[in-house]
Amino acid sequence: MALIENLTLFVLAAFVGYEIITKIPTNLHTPLMSGANAISGITLLGSVVVAGSGSTTLATVLGFVAVVMATINVVGGYLVSHFMLAQFSQGGRD
Amino acid sequence: MAGVLGGLPDSVLQFTYLVASVLFIQGLRDMTHPRTATRGNATSAAGMFLAVVVTVLWFEILSPVVLAAGLLVGGTVGVWLAVTVETTEMPQLVGLFNGFGGGASALVAGAELIDVLGSSTQLSIGLTTTAAIAGIIGSVTFWGSLVAAGKLHGVVGDSPVSPNAGHALKALFLLLSVLAGLLLIVRPDIFGQVPVTSWIPSYWVLVAAASVLGVFLVVPIGGADMPVVIALLNSYSGLAAATTGFVLNNTVLIIAGTLVGASGLILTVIMCESMNRSLRNVLFGGLGGETESEEMDDIYEGQITETSPEEVVMLMETAQRVVIVPGYGMAVAQAQHAVAELVELLDEDGVDVEFGIHPVAGRMPGHMNALLAEADVPYEKMRELEEVNPTFSQTDLVIVTGANDVVNPKANTDDSSPIAGMPVLNVSEARSVVVNKRSLSPGFSGIPNPLFAKDNTSMLFGDAKESMQALVNQYKEATS
Repeated sequence: MALIENLTLFVLAAFVGYEIITKIPTNLHTPLMSGANAISGITLLGSVVVAGSGSTTLATVLGFVAVVMATINVVGGYLVSHFMLAQFSQGGRD
Repeated sequence: MAGVLGGLPDSVLQFTYLVASVLFIQGLRDMTHPRTATRGNATSAAGMFLAVVVTVLWFEILSPVVLAAGLLVGGTVGVWLAVTVETTEMPQLVGLFNGFGGGASALVAGAELIDVLGSSTQLSIGLTTTAAIAGIIGSVTFWGSLVAAGKLHGVVGDSPVSPNAGHALKALFLLLSVLAGLLLIVRPDIFGQVPVTSWIPSYWVLVAAASVLGVFLVVPIGGADMPVVIALLNSYSGLAAATTGFVLNNTVLIIAGTLVGASGLILTVIMCESMNRSLRNVLFGGLGGETESEEMDDIYEGQITETSPEEVVMLMETAQRVVIVPGYGMAVAQAQHAVAELVELLDEDGVDVEFGIHPVAGRMPGHMNALLAEADVPYEKMRELEEVNPTFSQTDLVIVTGANDVVNPKANTDDSSPIAGMPVLNVSEARSVVVNKRSLSPGFSGIPNPLFAKDNTSMLFGDAKESMQALVNQYKEATS
């Protein structure tokens, strides 16, 4: 049953995503991309679980590499979007 | 199997994931307006922080040192990259981050497969299927993004194989990875009764084949189509995370991944529509990059008027409305600050001055807007194509800097042109047009631009930054 529940979530989330993203103006597409990009680093959760469980050396090594990559994605993605958006709001005040 | 918080019922973990999902959605909603966008990004980051912390505390961590080291290394590299990047290099950085997300998803699915195989003899079809999908999408995303970032950074060249051989190779490696995935799912009896663990290598074959596929997919795609590719890979990295969520039965991974998948896909469609090309054409077609130099000589012969900063400033002094059309050339030359200064000067003198921004100008969605925002241009001055096109007939002067194909009238007039039907900025309706370019060389589409030969068009040859700075200096001199 888990598969069906997961599929339900997937479909509903796709509709929510569509509704929100189509409302975002072209101006903000670059920060949106890097922000969405950072969200895709959510796979970090999975990386944390596999890296930490340490059942086999191979799984631990894979998990470690995955944690490094996903953390770069998350931290870098949010920071880059933040810097960009800070410039947008500055420009807006002028 | 429990961490610090592991004694609590499972619903606590699930509830926290729900809160994180709501924060992601709310964060994206705030992105719909520049005023709330910074807050939206912070909201989304808070959701991520919450989800990561609860995961670390919940699950049993047998190797905390490994985990801490991974987080520390990744965090440091991430901060370093984000702090040191130039706005012009943003597209390749976003591409790179993207790839890392996709790569991580592929590795997690693989590690989970190994984990489950090690502890049980029965594999559910759901697990192997979703792991195979996550492996393929993740690997394609990782290598595709690396190639895209490399191309944007100028370190990866064009495809060494012919387009047809390229298509054959793509088909071959796609088939290979799907076959490896099927082996993993079906595990046919061909080798006799083998333990399930001996099927693991099949996953790595899948990853290897999908990696090659990712490289071949992106290598032949030209620089001007990169906004589409980056957006599409963005979508893939989200889908990879979502499928990994299926593998791990993790709700927040599915929700967040799907949101990103939807976002990337919508941006991809918007980009394709603004070039009037199908996604298939962008990914597999490519424009005929051959320049017909004879035709170009015909069009340009004796028709090109060259101008100087002095003359352009004279036009600016009498103009009541000026529109500036920036293109990738402005980004390459880092001319955004000079352009912004010019706009500020004109604005102070009461000239109605705006930017006309084509949706695919630059190398990623919204690239020009991000660059101009960096140079403190108020976002009210950045007009989209549909808004600015009707105003050109009332515009005295258009300054095109570093753009070419997006102002090519051939898109409207010549049905056989490779850019036929692409919405363009109809700048020639303005009283005079000044095109700032380094030379008459064609844009990405490889076709000449009749705009340059028009009577009301004059060419200001030179690097965008130097030319714009010259205009600023000249204008200051003339008006002081």
